[in-house]
Amino acid sequence: MTNVADATPVPGEAQPPAPRSLRELIAQTEIDLRLFGMLIAFVVILITFNVISGGKFFSPTNMVTLAVQASGIAIIATGMVLVIVSRNIDLSVGSLVGVIAMTYALLMTDILPDVLGLGPDTPFRWAIALGIGIAIGAAVGGLQGFIIAYIGVPSFIVTLGGLLSIRGVVWYLSSGAAVSGLDANFQLIGGGALGSIGAPLTWTLAVVGCLAIVALLFNGRRQRRRFGFPVRPMWAEVLLGVVGCVVVLGVANFANNSFWPEGLADRVAAQQGWGPKPEGGWRIPAGLPNPLILLLGVTLVMTWLATRRRFGRYVYAYGGNPDAAELAGINTRREILKTYVLMGVLCALAAAIASARLNGATLDIGQSYELYVIAAAVVGGTSFAGGIGTIPGAVLGAFVMQSLAYGLSFIGVNSPGQNVVAGIVLILAVAFDTLNRRRGSS
Amino acid sequence: MTAVAAPPIVEMRGINVAFGGVHAVRDATIDVHRGEVVGLVGGNGAGKSTLMRVLSGAHPADSGEVIVDGKPVSITNPRDAKSYNIETIYQTLALADNIDAPGNVFLGREATTPLGSLDDSTMESETRKIMGRLNPNFTRFKMPVRSLSGGQRQAVAIARAVYFNARVLIMDEPTAALGPAETAQVRNLIRQLKADGIGIFLISHDIHDVFDLSDRISVMYHGRIVDTVAKDSVTPDEVVSMIILGKRPDELTQTEREQLELQS
Repeated sequence: MTNVADATPVPGEAQPPAPRSLRELIAQTEIDLRLFGMLIAFVVILITFNVISGGKFFSPTNMVTLAVQASGIAIIATGMVLVIVSRNIDLSVGSLVGVIAMTYALLMTDILPDVLGLGPDTPFRWAIALGIGIAIGAAVGGLQGFIIAYIGVPSFIVTLGGLLSIRGVVWYLSSGAAVSGLDANFQLIGGGALGSIGAPLTWTLAVVGCLAIVALLFNGRRQRRRFGFPVRPMWAEVLLGVVGCVVVLGVANFANNSFWPEGLADRVAAQQGWGPKPEGGWRIPAGLPNPLILLLGVTLVMTWLATRRRFGRYVYAYGGNPDAAELAGINTRREILKTYVLMGVLCALAAAIASARLNGATLDIGQSYELYVIAAAVVGGTSFAGGIGTIPGAVLGAFVMQSLAYGLSFIGVNSPGQNVVAGIVLILAVAFDTLNRRRGSS
Repeated sequence: MTAVAAPPIVEMRGINVAFGGVHAVRDATIDVHRGEVVGLVGGNGAGKSTLMRVLSGAHPADSGEVIVDGKPVSITNPRDAKSYNIETIYQTLALADNIDAPGNVFLGREATTPLGSLDDSTMESETRKIMGRLNPNFTRFKMPVRSLSGGQRQAVAIARAVYFNARVLIMDEPTAALGPAETAQVRNLIRQLKADGIGIFLISHDIHDVFDLSDRISVMYHGRIVDTVAKDSVTPDEVVSMIILGKRPDELTQTEREQLELQS
């Protein structure tokens, strides 16, 4: 049945024709045009606010703050992509973040020390708390997913119920009080000067990132050669590699130009006996903040799940054509259930960042997250028609939305004004996308 | 018919399916042998597709038996059917439009690396091989199948069914959406698959298609199988009369006979 000769490509197929337009030129690099466009939009937003603020906006400290603020939303948005791709929705994420954040706070103030006898000095107490939070997230997500997938209640209803009732549970957990006082180690999850990885690790990570980019390009090309598939033109490979590495190293350099606050540096210097204070004070590079590292990890794992694993393939297939997925013998209910379990886990991670930054939990922590998360996914190209959306897109979408909010507040627009803009941008982004797709399909 | 006493590859016996009060399939019995094409004809709503959906595992039967290689089996979902090498090309094609051709060909049966990740290179390479046979002009292996033409989409659906060593192939209106050239291509393919020893159930509205390709013809009427006849023993007119009146030629009354002759 198989003929070896069949696998060899038609001569001339291996090299695509010379590009005739910018669009074709970009197409040859096989970059996702949508993602590329959004990246441009993000850069334009940053530049615009930088100009309006007279060059003050685009500083390392501001950008690190922006990234930390966006990371919680972005982490949940990576899961929301899969939920929306499979024609469902999850409105309960904000409440779930609230319940888990409150759980972290209570664990560290009451339950771990008083009930389980694990005092503040217990090693890896932060990890124990995080593990419990993840388990709760997975359980609540799994329960909602079960009702949606196996009982067949529409996800809008189930998670709307979740939104209401889980938020109520937050109140009962703490009897209506805000709780504060987390482990010092747990607080590091939230970023800040101490909760960043420092210059040496940032550089190491950047170099590893560059090597990974080169290795991926190289391996992809070798793989396609081996099977005789068409490959990208060499210039495109080099361009992608160079641009990728420059961006990675640039971000690392930028993060390393965000320094510890003076007071903190002085205090730590005194504690650790760093000697006399140098001229102009200590300049300790903070490097990339922990929440951003967490987001990076989540994005990589979620992208891998979505594109390299059966789970992702089935989620997309179901979104594209539920009947086809069913007839192909896919256990579609199980895959839907998994998307909600994943959402619960991601909510637990976002809750850790939110509560760590706050050093505690309030009753309204995580409020309205569902709206920002859905907006991020949709601005990032996820379609409610199902089957379409990417995880890097959603992460970028979260950064676009957050850069708008942060930029507006930086130039003095109040929060109602920020909401007006965010809402309009959401609609414009989707309108633009809809028109673009219609043109593309006709 | 064949003089060989080999048992059918697949036999469905006494199948009943009801949707609420509507009896879509009544006590239907049908079989197919190796290298045989069985045409399944009947009017709209006669129960052809429903009967075949039972065999595909897409819809459970209320009662009745499915026998594969002489042994009764239980087919409750599409995975069961595929495990007996019973493959189906649905009228709707059942493709995930947002996924590329290799993804669709291997949907639910992905090739994976030793660590369980999708092996896209192998899947693309295998898809290139099989599409090279089915539709040599096909090159859009990286495009979502949404962007393909009707014939190309059909080829992807066929590739999916035949790649996994089908022994029984169910084709539901395989040429309904195709142009003349593509229809001819599908007909050739059916002959080729038949020569490979695959048993084929061919659902079609086109009586000429059925006469051209089938060895035996089963006629359905209001959920019942009116009769299964060897193609050589009937004329197209007789089959048409069975489709319209739901009676075997020898059951027709004199008046019905005259009416049919008047019509033709």
